[in-house]
Parts: sequence; C-alpha cells; structure tokens
Amino acid sequence: MSDQTAHAPKTQTKRSFFQELELDTRLLGMIGAFILVALVFNIMTEGRFLTPRNIFNLTIQTVSVAIMATGMVFVIVTRHIDLSVGAVLATCSAFMAMSQVRWLPEMLELGHWAIPWITIVGGLIIGALIGAFNGWMIGYLSIPAFIVTLGGFLVWRNVGWYMTEGQTIGPLNETFKTFGGISGTLGGPVSWVVGIIAMIATVVLIFNSRRVKTKHGFNVKPMWAEVSLAAICVAAIAGFIGILTSYSVPERVVARDPSRFGCEVAEGCTPVYGLPISVLLLIAVAAAMTIIAQKTRLGRYIFATGGNPDAAELSGINTRMLTVKIFTLMGILCGLAALVASARLANHTNDIGTLDELRVIAAAVIGGTALSGGLGTIYGAILGALIMQSLQSGMAMVGVDAPLQNLVVGAVLVLAVFIDIQYRKRVGAK
Amino acid sequence: MAPLVEMKNVSIAFGGVQAVDNVSISLNAGEVVGLLGHNGAGKSTLIKMLSGAYKMDSGEIFINGEKASITSPRDARDHNIETIYQTLALADNLDAASNLFLGREITNAFGFVDDDRMEAETRKIMARLNPNFKKLKEPVSALSGGQRQSVAIARAVYFNAKILIMDEPTAALGVHETAMVAELIQELKKQGLGIFLISHDTREMMELCDRVAVMKNGQMVGAERVEDVTEDDILSMIILGKNPKAAA
Ligand SMILES: Nc1ncnc2c1ncn2[C@@H]1O[C@H](COP(=O)(O)OP(=O)(O)O)[C@@H](O)[C@H]1O
Ligand SMILES: [Mg+2]
Repeated sequence: MSDQTAHAPKTQTKRSFFQELELDTRLLGMIGAFILVALVFNIMTEGRFLTPRNIFNLTIQTVSVAIMATGMVFVIVTRHIDLSVGAVLATCSAFMAMSQVRWLPEMLELGHWAIPWITIVGGLIIGALIGAFNGWMIGYLSIPAFIVTLGGFLVWRNVGWYMTEGQTIGPLNETFKTFGGISGTLGGPVSWVVGIIAMIATVVLIFNSRRVKTKHGFNVKPMWAEVSLAAICVAAIAGFIGILTSYSVPERVVARDPSRFGCEVAEGCTPVYGLPISVLLLIAVAAAMTIIAQKTRLGRYIFATGGNPDAAELSGINTRMLTVKIFTLMGILCGLAALVASARLANHTNDIGTLDELRVIAAAVIGGTALSGGLGTIYGAILGALIMQSLQSGMAMVGVDAPLQNLVVGAVLVLAVFIDIQYRKRVGAK
Repeated sequence: MAPLVEMKNVSIAFGGVQAVDNVSISLNAGEVVGLLGHNGAGKSTLIKMLSGAYKMDSGEIFINGEKASITSPRDARDHNIETIYQTLALADNLDAASNLFLGREITNAFGFVDDDRMEAETRKIMARLNPNFKKLKEPVSALSGGQRQSVAIARAVYFNAKILIMDEPTAALGVHETAMVAELIQELKKQGLGIFLISHDTREMMELCDRVAVMKNGQMVGAERVEDVTEDDILSMIILGKNPKAAA
C-alpha cells in the first residue's frame, strides 16, 4: 500500500529514455549481464571469445537447452517442475537413432528419402506421449510433479538405454544431421533474406500494435520511442546475421565436398556458414511459445493458474487438463531438443542430455521465471540459456578446471535468483 | 410463477463435518436474500453448491422451475449465475482486464485473445462501477482492496448475470466503498437480478435485503421477510438457532 503512494508522483516527472521505450527493465538487466560476461571473457581470451566462429559455436550449443527452457517456463509458471527433461531427451534421441539407423532402413530401403522425416515425427510423438503421461499423473492422479518427474528422470534415461542396448548409435542420417548446427546452415544470401524478413516483420509488428492501440484510444509511446525501438531491433538482427555470415567455411571442409557449398571445384570457393537451421528452429519455437503465452487462451490460463490456481478453477478453467497440455508441450520440446542435440553430435550416445534438466531449470530461473508461479517469459529463458552457455564455454576457453566451472555456474544461479528477488521487492511486484 | 432459484433439501459433508444439512431456500427475480449466521455456519458452502464450486451430496436445484444440474463453475455460468467469492478469486499476477474476462476471453478472427478490446471493455464498465479506477495495466496485486473488489464485481455484472451471489463483498472495504456496493446492489435489483448476499452486518442486511435467512451448524434456522422481524429477532436466531416467529 505505502509504495503505491511513493510511486504516484513518478508519472509527473520527466520519464527517462528507457522508460519511454517501455522496455522491461529485467530484460535490459539480463542483456547487460550477458554483454558484461561476453566482454570479460573476450578480454581474458585476448579476443578469441567474440570471434564469429566462437559466437557461432556458442549459439548452436545453446539451442537444445534453450528449446527445452521455453517449455520449462510454462511448467514452472504453473508451480510445477520437470526433472525428467534430460532423460526424456535421451529416450527420444535413442528412439530416433534406432529408427533411422536400424528400423526404417529395414522396412523401407537404405537411404530412402522419408527416413529422416518419419524419424523426426516419431521422436516428437514419443516426446508428446511421455509428456502427456507425466501430465496425466500430475493433473489427474494428483502426484506432485517433483515426484513424477524424479521417477521419470530414472525411468526414461534407462528406457533409452534398453532401446539401444547401451550402444552408441550412428552415424546418423545426413538430412537429420542438418538440424544439428554446423552441418546445416543457410549460407550467406539465404541468411540475409531470412534476416531481412525478420527485420520487416519486427517493424510491422511494432507499428501495427501502435495502430491498434491508437484505434482504441489508448495512450501510446511517443513516435521517436517507437522508431528507436524499431531501429534497435533491426540493428540487432543485422548484427547477428552479419556475425554469422562472416564465419567462413575452412578450406579443408570445402575441399572435402565443394558441391555442398554450391561450387564445382574447391578453388575460388569461399562460402560462409551463415544462420544454422537449428537456430532458425529455436527462433520458430521461441516465436510460437511467445504467441502461446501472450495471445492464446491456453497461455492466459497457464499464467492465471500460476497466479491463483483456485481462481482459475472457479473461472471454469480445467486445470487438470491444462497440466496435461503443459507437460505434453514440454515433451514435444524435449523431442525437438533431442533432434538438435543428437544431430549436432552426429551420434546417439547414452549420456546425451545428462544434467540438462538442471541447465534447463537454471536457464528458466535465471531468465526471471519465479518458482512461486505466475511469472516468467520465453525470451528470458532463452537469454538465461545463452548466459549459462556463455559462462560454461568462456570458462572452458580460459582454461578454468571443470570442477571450478560447475562451482561458478552454481554460484551464479543462486546469485541471479537473489538479485531477481531484490529487484521484485523494489519494484513492488510479487 | 416459479422462483428464479430454488434449492431443495441440499446437503454436503466434508469428511465427518456436515457443512450443510438438508437446507432449502429460494430466490426470486428482483429480490435480495441475505444469508446470516456465525462463522462456520455453512453459508459459503451453501452458495458454493449453487456456483458449481462444490458438488452437493444430495438435494435438488431448480432454476426458473426447471431442474438444473450444476457440477462445475461452467454449469453455473451457463445458467447466468455469477459469484463474487469471499476470498477474492482473482489471479494476482494478471491485470484487471485479464481477470475480468478470465475463462471467457474475447478472441479475434484468428482465435487469439484480443487484449486491446478487452481493455477497452474493461475501461467502459469500470467507468460505470468505479470511476476512480485507473490502474488498468498493472497486475491486480498492485490494487487496493476496494479496487480489487470492483474487478470482481465488474466481472459478475459485465456478463449479464441473472443470479448474483455475493459472499461478504464488503468485508475488506472502507465506508465509502461499502456504500458504493450497497448502491450497486440496489441498482442491480431494479434491473431484475436475484441476489444472494452474505454479510455479518445485521443492520446493513435489514436495509439491503427483502428477506433474510439464518443458518446455524449447517442447518436453516429460518427465512423471514425483513418487515416481519426486528434486528433483535435476527440476532436471537443467529445465537440461539431458533426462529421466534415459528415458535409464536
Ligand atoms: N473444502 C472444505 N473442506 C472441509 N471442510 C470445509 C470445506 N469448506 C467448508 N468446510 C467446513 O464447512 C463448515 C461451513 O463452512 P462455511 O460454509 O465456510 O461457513 P461460513 O461461510 O458460514 O462461515 C465449516 O465447519 C468448515 O470448516
Ligand atoms: Mg464464509
């Protein structure tokens, strides 16, 4: 109550540049933290951290955890937890590896074009079924999510083990591997086309939202703020694409198979990697999950249930079914993450996704998802995943011992949550 | 004409506690019926069976003379029953518009929730119910008790309730806001709504209600027209659990 009065005069005083932009201060804080981490490592590695090559690698290493982190936001927002995502990833990966290397080649023929696609759809269905089963036990049998997914953590990793009889399965299908990162990139021109489409879409979204608000007679930001925001977004997209398209393919890789890069001979062929398909996939997932969160009834019910489960129920929301839907979505995302992770490694190994549950939860939490429920953003979770991965890679590059790396990551997680709690206290939100 | 609502011989028990025991009560259109009784008498539980929050163990509910099966909040809503719960059923992390439309969001042609339109509608109804209400963008956790209550009331009024249940709507409010709620009840009554009102303030109930019903230990002590009883009669019904009228 008292802080309400303290805030009141603020509207009269001149608003700062950032206030006019109406950007989420927490988002700004996280971007700031990320830039700081990147700059510190860049100095410590004498400029090796911020090379196109390392930024490219950092990006593709983040994708699988980031995809799952977007789903974890919904899980945590509704006051649940999922400790089984790494294990579910392993089961999906084992299924997809067996499907493309053993089962389908026998049923169809070796090298049949449909093999990778049937495999991927199958893997996503397995993920969805496992997720739905988890959700059903949590929602309808009222077993706490912590217990259901702790059990799942042990069950699914070992189901994966039995599927492959503990063997490493590979090499994976070439088309399948294009979803892993380095073996599937768009090259220079296509990357720029995608980038330009993204820029146009961003600008259209910003100004369309302004138009709709004006139509309803709501207050809108000043025009210059809107233009600055659009300019910042466009510059960020251009910068990102610019960096990825300046990572050229090493000569020895071109020499191995020039046709892959659209050249007849290796001489004079200087292709760049550009935007990886896996990153495009992450962007698509992020966009879809953000739309679900902000623009659909499902998303509204997820946040309402997280804020007050009783209120949600009394408003006629079927919170049990909602739980099933959330965990099904989480399962599908585990399947997608399994695709990216195994394709990146080019093989299925038994330990794939080990400790991912902790990375995913940490990413969501560092990204501002509150364990008490009701609060969290998709972009925050992705940024959280990126910050975690940067810390890990940066320390590896600097030559920090593995035990110390884990120690730092653990400390950062706790510190991030502490800062977040302090921030929320100050702005008066819960 | 059949009453708007008739609850006949309804009972519900939680474990060993018979929270509502064979209670019958009716409500007519344009009528305000007050429910009185000590804490734990069973008032909230009784109306929660009408609003679909609880499923009754036995008994029947008739709406406009027709038997209604109400087993969920959705069923109640389909009968135009709206409820303002004692513990405000608001999602604290969402803004006023999201709460007002929770479970009944306005969607656009693509099936996406239309936040701008919901905000515009919220502005309109708030201008009528509580002109001081300005904080449309903030989560309702940032609102005062009275403002939160107006969100809950707006929600019931916006969707054209025919039957309105108000469980201690003024318990958390100041004098001025309490008067506003009283005014609103009169207005809605004029529009022909039937209202169940729960409150502890006997004097207020004598002013606002057409009839008052008193409960004790899950049982109905009696329902009387306010003209026929004094405040003392009601107090003795609440305390002794006996209806002096019936005895006389
Ligand atoms: N969900 C529940 N579970 C168990 N007991 C309940 C529940 N709801 C109400 N009761 C019990 O039913 C009785 C009536 O409560 P209530 O209807 O809330 O009383 P009132 O609203 O008149 O103060 C109390 O003894 C209460 O403890
Ligand atoms: Mg009560």
